[in-house]
Amino acid sequence: MYEGGRWEDVDLVLRREGASALTGPGFEASSELVPFLRSDCRILVIGAGGLGCELLKDLALLGFGNIEVIDMDTIDVSNLNRQFLFRMKDVGQPKAVVAASRIQERVEGCTVVPHFGRIEDKPAEFYRGFHIIVLGLDSVEARAWINETACSFLEHDEEGNVDLSTVKPLVDGGTEGFKGHARVILPGITPCFACTMWLFPPQTKFPLCTLAETPRTPVHCIEWAHLIKWPKDNEMEEFDVDNVDHLGWCHREATERAKEFGIEGVTLQLVQGVVKNIIPAIASTNAIVAAACATEVLKTATMCSAGMDNYMMFMGGEGIYTHTVKYERDECCPVCSPGIFLTVQSSVTLGDLIKRISVHPKALGKVERPSVSHGTDNLYMQGPLEEATRPNLSKTLGDLLGGTGQKALAVNDKRLPRTLRVTLSVVP
Amino acid sequence: MGDASAVARESQDKDKRYDRQIRIWGKDGQRKLETANVCLLGAGPTGSEAMKNLVLGGVSSYTIVDGTKVTERDLGNNFLMDKSSLGQSKAECCSRLLQDFNESVSGRFVAETPEQLMDAKPDFFDGFDLVLATQLTSAYQHKLCDICRKSGARVVFGRSYGLFGLVRISASEHTVVESKPDNVLLHLRVKDPWPELAEYASNFDLESLDDMTYKHVPYVVLLIKLAEAWKLGHGGNLPQGRAEQRDFKAFVRSQQRRRRGEPEGVADEGENFREAVENAHYLWSPPGVPSEISRYFADPACEEITSASSHFWVCMAAVKDFVAERSGGALPLPGSIPDMTATTDLYLDLKRLYDSKAEEDCDWVFDRAIQILSRTPGADPSALGRDYVKGFCKNCAHVKVLRFPTVRQEQEGFLGGASQSSYLQSLLLSEDTAENAFVYLMLHAADRFRQTHGHFPGKFDDGVQEDVGGVKSIVSSALSEAGLPTIPVAEEYVQELCRCGAGEIHTVAAVVGGIVAEEAIKLLTEQFVPLSGTLVYNAIRSTTLRIGKF
Ligand SMILES: [Zn+2]
Repeated sequence: MYEGGRWEDVDLVLRREGASALTGPGFEASSELVPFLRSDCRILVIGAGGLGCELLKDLALLGFGNIEVIDMDTIDVSNLNRQFLFRMKDVGQPKAVVAASRIQERVEGCTVVPHFGRIEDKPAEFYRGFHIIVLGLDSVEARAWINETACSFLEHDEEGNVDLSTVKPLVDGGTEGFKGHARVILPGITPCFACTMWLFPPQTKFPLCTLAETPRTPVHCIEWAHLIKWPKDNEMEEFDVDNVDHLGWCHREATERAKEFGIEGVTLQLVQGVVKNIIPAIASTNAIVAAACATEVLKTATMCSAGMDNYMMFMGGEGIYTHTVKYERDECCPVCSPGIFLTVQSSVTLGDLIKRISVHPKALGKVERPSVSHGTDNLYMQGPLEEATRPNLSKTLGDLLGGTGQKALAVNDKRLPRTLRVTLSVVP
Repeated sequence: MGDASAVARESQDKDKRYDRQIRIWGKDGQRKLETANVCLLGAGPTGSEAMKNLVLGGVSSYTIVDGTKVTERDLGNNFLMDKSSLGQSKAECCSRLLQDFNESVSGRFVAETPEQLMDAKPDFFDGFDLVLATQLTSAYQHKLCDICRKSGARVVFGRSYGLFGLVRISASEHTVVESKPDNVLLHLRVKDPWPELAEYASNFDLESLDDMTYKHVPYVVLLIKLAEAWKLGHGGNLPQGRAEQRDFKAFVRSQQRRRRGEPEGVADEGENFREAVENAHYLWSPPGVPSEISRYFADPACEEITSASSHFWVCMAAVKDFVAERSGGALPLPGSIPDMTATTDLYLDLKRLYDSKAEEDCDWVFDRAIQILSRTPGADPSALGRDYVKGFCKNCAHVKVLRFPTVRQEQEGFLGGASQSSYLQSLLLSEDTAENAFVYLMLHAADRFRQTHGHFPGKFDDGVQEDVGGVKSIVSSALSEAGLPTIPVAEEYVQELCRCGAGEIHTVAAVVGGIVAEEAIKLLTEQFVPLSGTLVYNAIRSTTLRIGKF
């Protein structure tokens, strides 16, 4: 249903021709595009937190009428300074459920389906069903997981060319204080999350001997209580960062240790910040980054404007500075590149397949003691799992991979510089 | 009793609610937000989004000014409009729905157009700390800028226009003590240590230390000691030139103890020695006084302190004297040292040394500031607290002064003065900046188009191509008058401008409104560095350009 007038602002750029140099490839202006957004285009938003709330509002007000949202968290008081869909009375409720209903109340005709749970608990087919997936996450692990899932849909022909119909676009945002980023990932075409893993350097960890022997700062005292004293005193119980008693214990122990060493500055706020690894967050940066992402969703869905190519960094601390940069794909990326392409019969055993892989030129003669996995299934592993997975070597690919068709395997070997992706076309 | 505990509970709730932002701007910044009275002009999506972010952050009050009524189209681009308000005041609807975000903020509205208010009641703007002015055309930007320069309110302008946006600030002067830069220069004084630090370092007898302590001598001490040793063999000079500096680093490395039984050349891994090599450059290029701070020293505001001078400039003048008369070229010590490999005791010893020297420096600067105020007629020395001076000394390498040109100055400079033209010319000729510099000129042309045609270009579906011609002729005559070059995709950009018919696409408005809020927060908390110049946002490329050499 197209409500005349309501979508006028976005409809102007959808029904009117644009300049070819500044619109997306193959854009055709049409008054059918608003109805397409209203009823046909399916968008998944991952995360209903700071970015997620903004994304849901942004997409609904761009005219997207079929949105789903998934989040495993419940609402906390500390969310209310930026997660504007939540009120004090909602504390404790699932974020996805409350966010979805608030959007539906305000934006007539927009359907938002909530999913309260973990992204890993949904099958791959769930994710395949959306035109575009938008990420409003604060964890590197979750990003890597959804990236691998989206890239697993990617199919290549035997020359390694991407089958465009299998590209599942991801639009990703992230913020920390006055800083943030927005990016568009077209798996197989633009760099995927794994291609540019270096953008997320590992966090600095303190050497355990500093914590144990030469603490100098309040953070050292807190990490000592959290990482050394707790496991020693509480062999049976894991430290739970959301447990008030555990936090209180950590605060007391850290304060005690700081006193013993003459160190000042242990506060409950700092304890929470350190053990929960709290990332500071404000409404405005989330709003900016989410809106930049949502604009890219509109462009990807309709081609009404040239797309961001392909990563924007935002810095708001000193003036406003942004840098939009075209990162390059890693041709050997284990997640999004075709790697080795093999056509095999479903009656071939895993053991025989490994032999074929090991003599392939792209294996560089370095596959001798490999581990092989298919998605999250470990087919054959080295180390402690070797014995348990050894029987798979004599099983057929048809049995192990669930029939015929294109299958992506990951092969690891200590001697390989990185994971080797093997794309199998399993034929009867 | 009951009241006191209720107050305590409320402040605890606020600490929790604002925890994630207090981690950025501290309780002091939060207090400043919570006393700010902010006025919003224009309750469209750009303005609504800007104010939404500030209400969530917890400003004291908001006043929404808008003279128009809620239409169907508003429901499609603005989350702060609802169906029940169709046909009613937009200002009222926006104000009512904003209230949902934060019950501790008080809101009100004025159902008049900002233009009417400026024309009829300019004193309306007295009493606001900040005005967010959205979707004003250039003529009324001038007017508001003049009104608020008199009333003392700072203004953040935001404009969304189709796939483009503009943000700029107008304020007479804004000074920042806590600019919170990403990269902080360390003021360690390893080159010219003050006597207590020099003595502390020289008292270390490295030879006699056990292996464990040897690996935990702070690198600050290593650098001071090894620099002394180096000087003995080099005529009293520190390493000069690349080759000597390389040799010095090798000398530092060579001082590591070898593991028992290890052949020569295989050094024990001493993190402290690695840190010493990494920071050795502080010996030959100490941070000194940054050029920006030297400029502030020479500023008339620093040279002529009057009873109207802010404490910022009084402290600046006192620090200037400190550098000239007291420290021999170094700024006051900030009084904090980074973590470094050391035993607890050695680190805390060192920290105490730096802290007490910082206190001593601060005392000197404080005394001098009081002297300056005492000899300034009409000034009140007792109004200056030592805490403020302490904060100033702690951050003095990174303090900032911003002076924003008026809208008139910017726009008269635009295509007017020769220096501005050559600046714009360089932007238009450089590949990185050409498109957004053109967007800036083109948005001005859109306002001129409206003056002559009575509507924004591209308002009517069947008039888009005609309006493209109209805007093109305004832009090209302006460019040629100022002797400016055009850009290869100029025509395409004009097409895009007319195509979106001055629409306010929600996500463009949310970016512009978000940036307006970001700047408002920096102005209100007096932390971080606000935007100088005009920011152009280009949603086609997802890029921005800051225009202005201010
Ligand atoms: Zn990749």
